[in-house]
Amino acid sequence: MALLEVKNLHVGVEDEDIKILNGVDLTLDTGQLHAIMGPNGSGKSTLAAVLAGREEYEVLEGEILFDGEDLLELEPEERAEKGVFLAFQYPVELPGVSMTNFLKEAVNSVREARGQEELSSADFLQYMRERAELVNIDADLTKRSVNEGFSGGEKKRNEIFQLAMLEPRLAILDETDSGLDIDALTNVAEGVNKLRTDERGFLVITHYERILRYITPDRVHVMLDGKLVQSGGKELATKLEEKGYDWVREEAAAAAAA
Amino acid sequence: MSTSETEYLKGKASEEYEHGWYTDIESDKAPKGLSEDIVRFISHKKDEPEWLLDWRLKAYEYFEQLLESGHYPDWAHLDYERPDFQNMRYYAAPKGKADYDNLDEVPDEILETFERLGIPLEEQKALTGVAVDAVMDSVSVATTFKEKLKEKGVIFKSFGEAAKEHPEIVREYLGSVVPYTDNMYAALNSAVFSDGSFVYVPEGVTCPMELSTYFRINEQGTGQFERTLIVTEPGAYVSYLEGCTAPMRKENQLHAAVVELVAHEDSEIKYSTIQNWYPGDEDGEGGVYNLVTKRGICKGDNSKISWTQLETGSAVTQKYPSVILAGDNSVGEFYSVAFTKGHQQADTGTKMQHIGKNTKSTIISKGISADYADNSYRGLVKVGKNADGARNFSQCDSMLLGPDCGAHTYPYIESANPSAQIEHEATTSKVGEDQMFYCHQRGLGEEEALKLIVNGFCKEILQELPMEFAVEAKELLAIELEGSVG
Repeated sequence: MALLEVKNLHVGVEDEDIKILNGVDLTLDTGQLHAIMGPNGSGKSTLAAVLAGREEYEVLEGEILFDGEDLLELEPEERAEKGVFLAFQYPVELPGVSMTNFLKEAVNSVREARGQEELSSADFLQYMRERAELVNIDADLTKRSVNEGFSGGEKKRNEIFQLAMLEPRLAILDETDSGLDIDALTNVAEGVNKLRTDERGFLVITHYERILRYITPDRVHVMLDGKLVQSGGKELATKLEEKGYDWVREEAAAAAAA
Repeated sequence: MSTSETEYLKGKASEEYEHGWYTDIESDKAPKGLSEDIVRFISHKKDEPEWLLDWRLKAYEYFEQLLESGHYPDWAHLDYERPDFQNMRYYAAPKGKADYDNLDEVPDEILETFERLGIPLEEQKALTGVAVDAVMDSVSVATTFKEKLKEKGVIFKSFGEAAKEHPEIVREYLGSVVPYTDNMYAALNSAVFSDGSFVYVPEGVTCPMELSTYFRINEQGTGQFERTLIVTEPGAYVSYLEGCTAPMRKENQLHAAVVELVAHEDSEIKYSTIQNWYPGDEDGEGGVYNLVTKRGICKGDNSKISWTQLETGSAVTQKYPSVILAGDNSVGEFYSVAFTKGHQQADTGTKMQHIGKNTKSTIISKGISADYADNSYRGLVKVGKNADGARNFSQCDSMLLGPDCGAHTYPYIESANPSAQIEHEATTSKVGEDQMFYCHQRGLGEEEALKLIVNGFCKEILQELPMEFAVEAKELLAIELEGSVG
């Protein structure tokens, strides 16, 4: 069943005469992992931001259905409660806010929305330890303030940890692999693989084929100038890595001319 | 900020002040206006010794001089009308006995007033480990746990009682840290102060419980002028906390307090304030003018004075809790959170005066501003020429919660000793859309997100408060941030 359906999505920047997405169509079924690749500035991160409900973008046309429900009608926190999770490309620091407090609030707010009871402090700490272990995160990280003084790699791994904590239906990874050394990359990939289930969908946005060697996608899409212009299996990623994006550009131009 | 956040934050101003009710009790009031007769009236009401009346009269004379020559301390970044000193009352006391010997004599209405404020005066109900002095308008109405403190030799009573029962100590220290010549409001306070708390901790004694005073302005048109004096003898320790509230009034009420702290060698005073006077309504009408002089002296070697304040109330706040570091190796600290919203204005900070050798001071100030509020940090670090090895660290952070509020930092440094090490850091941040969005993406609503971010910002300060009050302080901040939810 379709978890996420994006139909003819056109997006611009509020109050500015800039268009970023020019008719995106995408269907993601539960249990599937799709990768979206594309050069810088093609609109990949904008798509992620719009899915999560970032306000500075304006949807000009099209619709987004999540579990058949109109996602665009919902506030960002409501989307989170429904099970949309975004692993940020640049996670922000929240000085003085402890990871434990932050996650406790977040987990309980999501649980409440799902009709589950709040976790007691003891149960929460136990759950946090288990999830940290699952994605192989140092438990000391939970004693620090959210992202404050974290290295680039720690920030990205912390996003995967939060993903593990919040157990969303749809996880969007916005360039989680960029800037990671090979150890951190495999750690992130292992985390994602452990979290793949039949009930959860993944949308992995990336520049590089590298992460897809560790995470096998069901589908790969190429975004160019705000549109998905190519789709294929995992072999498409390998081809992009070898040949770059020029051939995609040429084929897209030819298709447009035809 | 996005529109919805701006709207949300604007909603804050409309939040109702929680302690805005008034207790209908008969009270004994002085007529409006200020004169030598009023000073005599107050002194007479309180049945004071002659020396104290003389001192008040000298202070009054000095105040008159300042008033005539227009010496208002109006150099701060504040905009308000000068108080009309003839249009307010300088003394109001719940009718009947001005002071009660034991709690059974305290009228029910007064007990209920403090009960409503969350401060039960009956000892069995009181927070364990906290002795309370409750001051309503001009007089102290009840002090709890007197006996238990007495065993240790700790004196904790209303200023009025202390002046009568321990005149030798009061006389020695009164005005020794904040002389009545300090500024106009200190002079006014010295002339008309009505009550306040007095704490004396004898040599080598660690005060066995937190001491706290709750101040409540109840009567209309009345100023509150309390005076607090705390003295620790060598090797003693005390932690003291004051809390303040007032009913909602259309007119501005003046609160001009004086606090003096004296720490002898090897002793320590920890002084915490949770200030929640009525801030005025959403149009900026009414509210308390909180113009206060607070200063401590580390008189002996190795002594320490630490000020912690959470300032959320008052229409106008001007206060600089300061430390004179006279003893060698003495330590002064100032930890402050000032939260202003609506049309509130605050100009607050500290003065650290390094005189002794190897003295150390730390200043951490957090200012949070919302709506149309203005929030300034003003601080002076002064190192004398003999203060070899003096060290100071200052950090001033400001947070803006909207497009129409202001934050300002005025740090002054005067060093006459080349061996001094002075560090200053300052930051201003806007609660960013990025931070809010990050929280929303994790399922947190506007209010929850803002609370988390603001609490995180203030964490260093809140953890300085005594444990019994840290929770209260967090809740107060939370209340300030909510309600508000538009």
